[in-house]
Amino acid sequence: MLVLVVITALAFDFTNGFHDTGNAMATSIATGALPPRVAVAISGVLNFVGAFLSLAVAATIASGLVDTKVVTLTVVAAGLAGGIIWNLVTWLFGIPSSSSHALIGGVIGSVIAAAGGSGVLWHGLVSKVVLPAVLSPIIAAGVAAAGTWLLYRISRSMTEGARKHGFRIGQIGSACMVSLAHGTNDAQKTMGVITLALIANGTLAAKSNAPIWVIVCCALAISIGTYLGGWRVIRTLGKGLVEIEAPQGMAAESASAAVILLSSSFGYSLSTTHVATGSIIGTGLGKRGAEVRWGVAGRMATAWVFTLPSAGLVGAGAFGLAHGIGGTIGVIVDLILLALLGGFIYYRSRGSKVDPSNVNAEWTGSVAPTKTPAEPAAV
Amino acid sequence: MSWINLSALWKIVVFGLIAGAGLPAIFAVGLYSLSQGPRTARLAGADGATESDTLIGGSVIGMIGAAICFLIVLAAIGWGVYEVYQIGHPAVKH
Repeated sequence: MLVLVVITALAFDFTNGFHDTGNAMATSIATGALPPRVAVAISGVLNFVGAFLSLAVAATIASGLVDTKVVTLTVVAAGLAGGIIWNLVTWLFGIPSSSSHALIGGVIGSVIAAAGGSGVLWHGLVSKVVLPAVLSPIIAAGVAAAGTWLLYRISRSMTEGARKHGFRIGQIGSACMVSLAHGTNDAQKTMGVITLALIANGTLAAKSNAPIWVIVCCALAISIGTYLGGWRVIRTLGKGLVEIEAPQGMAAESASAAVILLSSSFGYSLSTTHVATGSIIGTGLGKRGAEVRWGVAGRMATAWVFTLPSAGLVGAGAFGLAHGIGGTIGVIVDLILLALLGGFIYYRSRGSKVDPSNVNAEWTGSVAPTKTPAEPAAV
Repeated sequence: MSWINLSALWKIVVFGLIAGAGLPAIFAVGLYSLSQGPRTARLAGADGATESDTLIGGSVIGMIGAAICFLIVLAAIGWGVYEVYQIGHPAVKH
């Protein structure tokens, strides 16, 4: 049973990785600073390193959100199922919703189904998850807008070509920092959940830190997921929201990296996705004449609001099912359903494929480009 | 226990601005400094479209200035990552 839960958690971590590659690398890919495949490879490696950097967020998830006394392995498994399903569905539509909220929502939903509202530490939830979720994109947008304005101001007398060349190099550096930051924040969440499962199983004492093998497995899962790349989300972030130039890309990434790293070290499990989106919008605001596609932004914000409750409902449903059947069999039934659904979503996604060859095609209002080889590969 | 940790909030805003907007600005100053000099000036004058992506202007002072800026940025990143590591591993026992 414990093994099943750990595998499910690592599967979540994997979806987390490929869902979130875009946060770090979308702007570099969109501006042509890095070839798509190289970008995701670098990002994967840095996610791995970042996972070891700080354990503050894992601690928040493991002991700050739900009462560890009511958590059983079934609860954790059901919560993970909720998180994974929401991640896959939003990925299908190319919406960069928060993997963190999907996970937290799923776990909280299944805790409520198992033990009622008293099993949730509401204060921890609001102060460490909900408020940061609202504030972080605003802060990131402000920082990115300030950065964009400064960069254009300082570089305005440079030639266009020199500016593009120079900031592309800077962008690679800042994108690497975002990947690192993503590892410190997002890989932590799965570590937190596995730690929670170990505590529930009695393997670890309450309030323990994540053991080293958990850290290594999570770091691996997230970096493999990152490497495989969520091309659909990359496309929405890089092309759909604002048309991005190299200096804007660098400003957006620096802002994201700074905000995520700072918040991680305070133990706030904020959403890398929200921060990256906030930053990209910020660069649109910081440059005169740039156009922000508020329609796309609005669609994302809607998905954000729904993420916690929807993943929660799925988590609660998964718990109900597993609990109804009972024991290990119940969890296995849950996981089989999950695998079937995952397969179905993968199958659906083949119909409108987004991959390295068409990720940068002109934005025509939908996630999948209408004509596949819309433009020659610009490297 | 309050709902919002104001001290963490202002730290995130202030350090976020310094690291997230300040460091790229220093990097930009470095690029600007690097691009000053006879080579880019001539290129810029040669064709109005300025399609060249030559980055190094060739002025010695410009290059020294650029090197200083880039070093500041790298040092700040290194220090920042070290700080995060320190804060994130509080359980080290002596």
